Amino acid sequence: MEGFKKSLLACIWFMFLTFPLVVIRVDTAEKTVQWRWMHMLWVGLGAFLLSYVWRFMLKRKAMGRSATNPDGTPVVPFLQRLSANPPLARSIMAVIAIGALVFPWLFSTYQTNIMISAMIYIVLGLGLNIVVGLSGQLVLGYAAFYAAGAYSYALLNHHFGLGFWTALPLGAGAAALCGIILGIPVLRLRGDYLAIVTLGFGEIVRLVLENWNEFSMGPSGVSGISRPGLFSVELSVDGATTYIYYLMIGLVALTIFVINRLKNSRIGRAWLALREDEIACVAMGVDRMKTKLTAFALGATWAGMAGVVFAAKTTFINPASFTFMESAMILAIVVLGGMGSILGVSLAALLILLLPEYLRAFSEYRMLLFGATMVLFMVFRPQGLVSSERQRYEFKETKESQG
Amino acid sequence: MSAKTIVLEVKNLSMNFGGLRALSDVDLDILQGEIVALIGPNGAGKTTCFNCITGIYDPTEGDILLRSPQGKGVRLNGLKPNQVTELGMARTFQNIRLFPSMTVLENVMLGTHCRTKSGILGAILRDRKTREEEVRVVNKSYELLKLVGLDHHVNDLASNLPYGAQRRLEIARALATDPFLLLLDEPAAGMNPNETIALEQLVMRIRDELDMSILLIEHDMKMVMSISDRVHVLEYGQKIAEGTPAEVGANPQVIKAYLGEEAVDA
Amino acid sequence: MEYFLELFFGGLTRGSIYALIALGYTMVYGIIELINFAHGEIYMIGAFTGLIVAGVLTAMGFPALAILAVALVVAVVYCSAYGYTMEKIAYKPLRGANRLSPLISAIGMSIFLQNYVLLAQTPNFLPFPNLIGEFEFMEDYAHILGSANLVIILVTAAAMVALTLFIKYTRMGRAMRATAQNRKMAMLLGVNVDAVISLTFIIGSSLAAIGGVLIACHTGQINITIGFIAGIKAFTAAVLGGVGSIPGAMLGALVLGFTESFATGYISSDYEDVFAFGLLVLILIFRPSGLLGKAPTQKV
Repeated sequence: MEGFKKSLLACIWFMFLTFPLVVIRVDTAEKTVQWRWMHMLWVGLGAFLLSYVWRFMLKRKAMGRSATNPDGTPVVPFLQRLSANPPLARSIMAVIAIGALVFPWLFSTYQTNIMISAMIYIVLGLGLNIVVGLSGQLVLGYAAFYAAGAYSYALLNHHFGLGFWTALPLGAGAAALCGIILGIPVLRLRGDYLAIVTLGFGEIVRLVLENWNEFSMGPSGVSGISRPGLFSVELSVDGATTYIYYLMIGLVALTIFVINRLKNSRIGRAWLALREDEIACVAMGVDRMKTKLTAFALGATWAGMAGVVFAAKTTFINPASFTFMESAMILAIVVLGGMGSILGVSLAALLILLLPEYLRAFSEYRMLLFGATMVLFMVFRPQGLVSSERQRYEFKETKESQG
Repeated sequence: MSAKTIVLEVKNLSMNFGGLRALSDVDLDILQGEIVALIGPNGAGKTTCFNCITGIYDPTEGDILLRSPQGKGVRLNGLKPNQVTELGMARTFQNIRLFPSMTVLENVMLGTHCRTKSGILGAILRDRKTREEEVRVVNKSYELLKLVGLDHHVNDLASNLPYGAQRRLEIARALATDPFLLLLDEPAAGMNPNETIALEQLVMRIRDELDMSILLIEHDMKMVMSISDRVHVLEYGQKIAEGTPAEVGANPQVIKAYLGEEAVDA
Repeated sequence: MEYFLELFFGGLTRGSIYALIALGYTMVYGIIELINFAHGEIYMIGAFTGLIVAGVLTAMGFPALAILAVALVVAVVYCSAYGYTMEKIAYKPLRGANRLSPLISAIGMSIFLQNYVLLAQTPNFLPFPNLIGEFEFMEDYAHILGSANLVIILVTAAAMVALTLFIKYTRMGRAMRATAQNRKMAMLLGVNVDAVISLTFIIGSSLAAIGGVLIACHTGQINITIGFIAGIKAFTAAVLGGVGSIPGAMLGALVLGFTESFATGYISSDYEDVFAFGLLVLILIFRPSGLLGKAPTQKV
């Protein structure tokens, strides 16, 4: 009964709250007003039901906190069990790998293209994960590094006819350089200030790209970028797509491999420690600037590589691809996946990219759901889809037998 | 005593926060192999003193000199905390500052950071040098965990350890940085009497077996009296007494600082 | 000289709007140390609410100034409600979490609100009726200072004075100052901290709502993205003045307004936003405590 009353209140409150924006639509030029009362009904109904869910979740969260049992949380038990069970994980990995390898032969070029995009976001997510998830530096301008890579290739290709493989390391290097140049002055800032400065930096990069016509060809962007060639053989569009697809598989594999190794290394531990407690970390002899800069530069490097591939895939880029929303989306991938978790971030990238693609009804609400999910995850599951704790536990077991 | 070298010498140390003078003209010295206690009522400036020595604060005035057992002297003023640690001084924190979502072993392994070298490339390629270093780090960290009695908790998350164990883990982590001078900020706070006795023994063992000099802040007077060679007393940011535990315990000024005016008259 | 004056009043107008928004940032930051990223969206919602009220009332044939008054009141009520609800949903459950969680939640909230308005209304630019009109007594000066600018400057000044008096002399204002200084201590002394936080969001949102409606009258069109840019700029203003400081936010907003106005007037208008972002980056790097803020001491 108490719950019913509360939900009724929530229902009335949200009907009131959303009334002008959702119900009324005006046309000031024609001086007409359109009333959409049905919408109010839906809002009321939705608020009524969701408030039950909201209270239930809050209660569960409060309970989970009082009983601090580390293995007592039954959320996504499958994924947790998976990472705790190497043979099972390995066989599933094998199935995924085989599926990924034959994908372009089973599906159309269109589908392959979507998968390439999804993999670009996996790489971006994992790259940002180094900075945000592992070393705990909240960066809101990650798209700027992505743009640095994409524009490096686009402009080098346009002006000097440089090929994809030459541009890949150059693009990565350019992005890393941007990371270091930005990193040196800003990394001593506190977390939330760092976030805002990087946001400002990202916007400046985009605005410069948009306005400096002589350099970046302005808002219309660069077109006619070459697709990568295979041993100087020109490929057809389909062929090139398949080629880029395999290239992306390689890049994703490389990224996962590298991050996996870094995570459990001396540098990786320093990153984690910096994330957990900066003062203690520095007091234990870790050079704060150097450690942050490596994370920053490395994260930027991956964005740069993803950018080069993106430019090669679309053959056309403009500043509109590198807005704040892009950065926010990559951040959402990291947050939803679970900071520091490779599996989680990859899953989140696939979910975020593929769901709106295959559920068309969903795509209109995509950004709305994004925002909502970011809030809800922060409130109810700040560790993301897959928490990375268990993985490190597993790693320790093998360690101990060495020691 | 005279044969022993001074490992840490603090001269005329003062620290201002805005208009507030947290420390004024504090002198402090620690000899090789000594256990020195820094005591004083709450707010006397003990932790501020630690923070100045370890480079977390930049002192307003005064000199801090560190001399390694090999005889190399360095002025610490203006150095960053990590540089101080690299020179051979490590600390623990009053309000425990572990890395909560890292495992116990990893917490200690982090301490070896400034004594190891492998970089990004090594981590990615995992060449022989990196692997060997990693094995050395794991073994050393494990030994240190044995020393502080946490070798059964290697894989637990640091945040899941009980309070007393977290304090011991902080000590192990500090030892992993290979210091010759160890600063302990209230290591016995929140411990029960049995734990405190075990801690006393641990501190003595660290001094004897690892050839360490130790400076500790402590409120547990029983512990201070039983393990320290010398005691410095701070009150309102000033040093009011110095000497052996017995001397300090008999000093009327110290009694006044701790128990108030009437206690001296009585 | 006339050009200079035009730019001066242009800067003053911009600065006024920034000040209205910046206060919301700075007050919230002062109390819960959160950069309320979604604050710019409240301003945008204020503008849309104003538009809807204006549309409905115009269709019913009300006079312009009456519409403006009603639009302001309704926008203030609704934005307060949004601000209040937002705090309850996205920030309150996160108190005591680490610093970044509420910030990410705020970014999520910002994306959500923007797209909520997009879906409920339209992604296109909407023309906003000029509710202020041209005053007769201003005719001679219209090329330097438009009537809308004058109203914006006056309303902002009034709001600033009212806010300052409120914070200085009322019980609730005192509670807010106490909470900003030390939340725990305020709570122990019987301040209802939850109520103070809610009130802070409500006041901040009200000011943003006023800003939203006024700027919409001034520029004549709105769309869903106005909140993001204005939000960042107002945040720049807040940081410039020293985040957490109320007079600082007012000062910072004016400095930013003048900088933008003169830089676009004398240098180039292509890079209008770059000046603001550049200023933001430079301040945060070189003087993160702002013009009037004090540097925090690290607690160990």
